[in-house]
Amino acid sequence: MADNNGVLVCGEVAEGKLLAITLELLGGGRKLADELGESLSIALIGSGVKDLAQEAIAFGADKVYVVDDAALKDYQTDSYAAAMDAVVKSANPRALVLGQTSMGRDLAPKMGFKLKTGVSMDCIELSIDPSSKALLQTRPVYGGNARAIFSTGGMPQIATVRSKAMSALERDDSRKGDVVPIEGAVDAAAARIKVVSTVKEEVEGVKLEDAAVIVTGGRGLGGPEGFQELEKLAKTMKGAVGATRPPCDNGWVPAAIQIGLTGKIVSPDVYFAVALSGSSQHMAGCSGSKTIIAINRDPEANIFKEAQFGVVGDWKQVMPPLTEKIKELLAG
Amino acid sequence: MNIIVCVKQVPDPEAPPASFKVDPAANKVVPPAGVAPVVSPFDEQAVEAALRIKDKQKDTKIVTLSLGDNLVRDVIKKPLSMGADELVLLEDPAFEEGDSWSTAYALSKAIEKIGSYDLILCGRQAADWDAGQVGTGIAEFLGIPCVTVAKKVEVGDGKATIERVTADGYEVIEAPLPCLVTVSNELGEPRYAALKGIMAAAKKQPKIWKPGSGDGDTIAVSADEIGAKGRVTKLEKLFQPVKEAKCEIVEGETPADAAVALAQRLREAKVI
Ligand SMILES: Cc1cc2nc3c(=O)[nH]c(=O)nc-3n(C[C@H](O)[C@H](O)[C@H](O)COP(=O)(O)OP(=O)(O)OC[C@H]3O[C@@H](n4cnc5c(N)ncnc54)[C@H](O)[C@@H]3O)c2cc1C
Ligand SMILES: Nc1ncnc2c1ncn2[C@@H]1O[C@H](COP(=O)(O)O)[C@@H](O)[C@H]1O
Repeated sequence: MADNNGVLVCGEVAEGKLLAITLELLGGGRKLADELGESLSIALIGSGVKDLAQEAIAFGADKVYVVDDAALKDYQTDSYAAAMDAVVKSANPRALVLGQTSMGRDLAPKMGFKLKTGVSMDCIELSIDPSSKALLQTRPVYGGNARAIFSTGGMPQIATVRSKAMSALERDDSRKGDVVPIEGAVDAAAARIKVVSTVKEEVEGVKLEDAAVIVTGGRGLGGPEGFQELEKLAKTMKGAVGATRPPCDNGWVPAAIQIGLTGKIVSPDVYFAVALSGSSQHMAGCSGSKTIIAINRDPEANIFKEAQFGVVGDWKQVMPPLTEKIKELLAG
Repeated sequence: MNIIVCVKQVPDPEAPPASFKVDPAANKVVPPAGVAPVVSPFDEQAVEAALRIKDKQKDTKIVTLSLGDNLVRDVIKKPLSMGADELVLLEDPAFEEGDSWSTAYALSKAIEKIGSYDLILCGRQAADWDAGQVGTGIAEFLGIPCVTVAKKVEVGDGKATIERVTADGYEVIEAPLPCLVTVSNELGEPRYAALKGIMAAAKKQPKIWKPGSGDGDTIAVSADEIGAKGRVTKLEKLFQPVKEAKCEIVEGETPADAAVALAQRLREAKVI
């Protein structure tokens, strides 16, 4: 075990591009590798992904392991785990870092149990213990009410990282690195589970993850009509509409706009929190916002402990004039 | 159809954040006084998923399995009152303070002892440590396929058809039985326990299994494989993040005045 060396990032690709989280992991992984004085590598697993190797190098990787196979077009646990296993055998890293994404949530524990080592999910910070070189993994627990720092006995030490917890480096096309193709890792016939179809539930307008302004509504909106009012403010500010879990569970809005621990993680400049209480699980998804503005009729609501600005009042009376005034200010 | 649902007892995750306390010296959460523990919410949804299968296939047997110490009977029997058939508890101090690894290992050994299963259901993550690993671990120990974060689970013709939630929709997955599925809240509200169910649950006695040889009321695990001793991760530190409360409440004669004042204040502060 003593020869485990370096940091390996699990890359993710969608629509022919490296995901933002992958660039973030390369940025964070670069720092860890430099601290260790070791190398940073990335696994690119998928179909038609080898063309992205140079980009991964430009964003910080020293070495790119490519498992390019038509059978890996869509994420599927068994075949991706086989591909990842082959990369880990070849790279023999000290740390394996994945994104806390749909894929990372599924693949990281799978790799941990397969490789008989520990995993920390949804970390917000990774650091190196200077004396032991151990990877210290900080993650929110108890719905965000507490933080825990873990270390792992086995190798590699595996962690997933929450989106926006690390920052990407500037792209530098002059960086050099090696590309290592890995062949024969995947046996499509061995895959036990089958993805029959993929259904996209498109949300119109600005994507939540990219929006500079988000107007989020909670259970206190009382129904889908409330969200139409929020839509107006979002439109005025060229932002997006989000929701806490109850409106999604109640079918007032699509599940894809849920923000929080088990929904999307966002960090806009401006976050309007309307008729939501500010539960720790919700705040887990939006506490990285630059400015949080709360509108709630209960002065004791926890959201007022999280926000920078607030109005205590009924959203029905506050939102229309607020939207009007903001429209006027932005026009003038 | 034999279904096993893994159900964890956790401190109520919806308790007000202000009631949450950590004992930093002991690296432990101090249970808030007067707040009863609950079944981890996603596990209740896993029970609901099992019951929906049973609604259609009457000859389905649902066994729920819980690991912990000092499990509160009224809490941990809730799945029975919702309609599950049997309850197995791994209840012993030696099972305590495990991590995902040692917990999944003990649960997988209990499942082997239960013996017959077509489908195992877990929650997507337990509402205390929010790990989301134990389901995958059980499947790996048992050597069966695992599908995570499901919003719909149907079984028939020797396979399970699962809708798995993704970032922008869902995918439809087929897995051969037996398999393990972890369930998410998109499945929908769990049913309420009817009075009849509560009365029936009160009469049912859980099976309680301890670590041991695998005979009688024991599962075949050695003491160093389970609980705190079987961990592969170490909790170095548990603490509460400090929050600076500094909300500026904008006021006005009427709610509309306050709204206008807020807009102006946001402009002044260059927020908008
Ligand atoms: C493991 C786990 C994961 C979870 N993940 C998430 C997640 O990802 N995202 C998430 O959001 N939740 C999540 N939850 C649920 C979370 O715990 C809360 O239940 C949820 O966030 C509450 O939503 P809310 O604030 O909209 O509702 P409530 O807590 O019911 O708050 C409603 C608020 O609206 C106010 N209000 C009511 N009427 C009005 C009015 N007319 N005008 C102004 N204000 C009004 C009330 O004062 C109250 O503060 C999770 C829970 C668990 C256990
Ligand atoms: N102590 C336990 N007893 C029963 N089931 C558990 C236990 N711990 C975890 N599980 C199951 O595994 C799921 C995921 O847990 P975790 O990986 O701890 O987040 C839970 O939702 C439960 O279904």
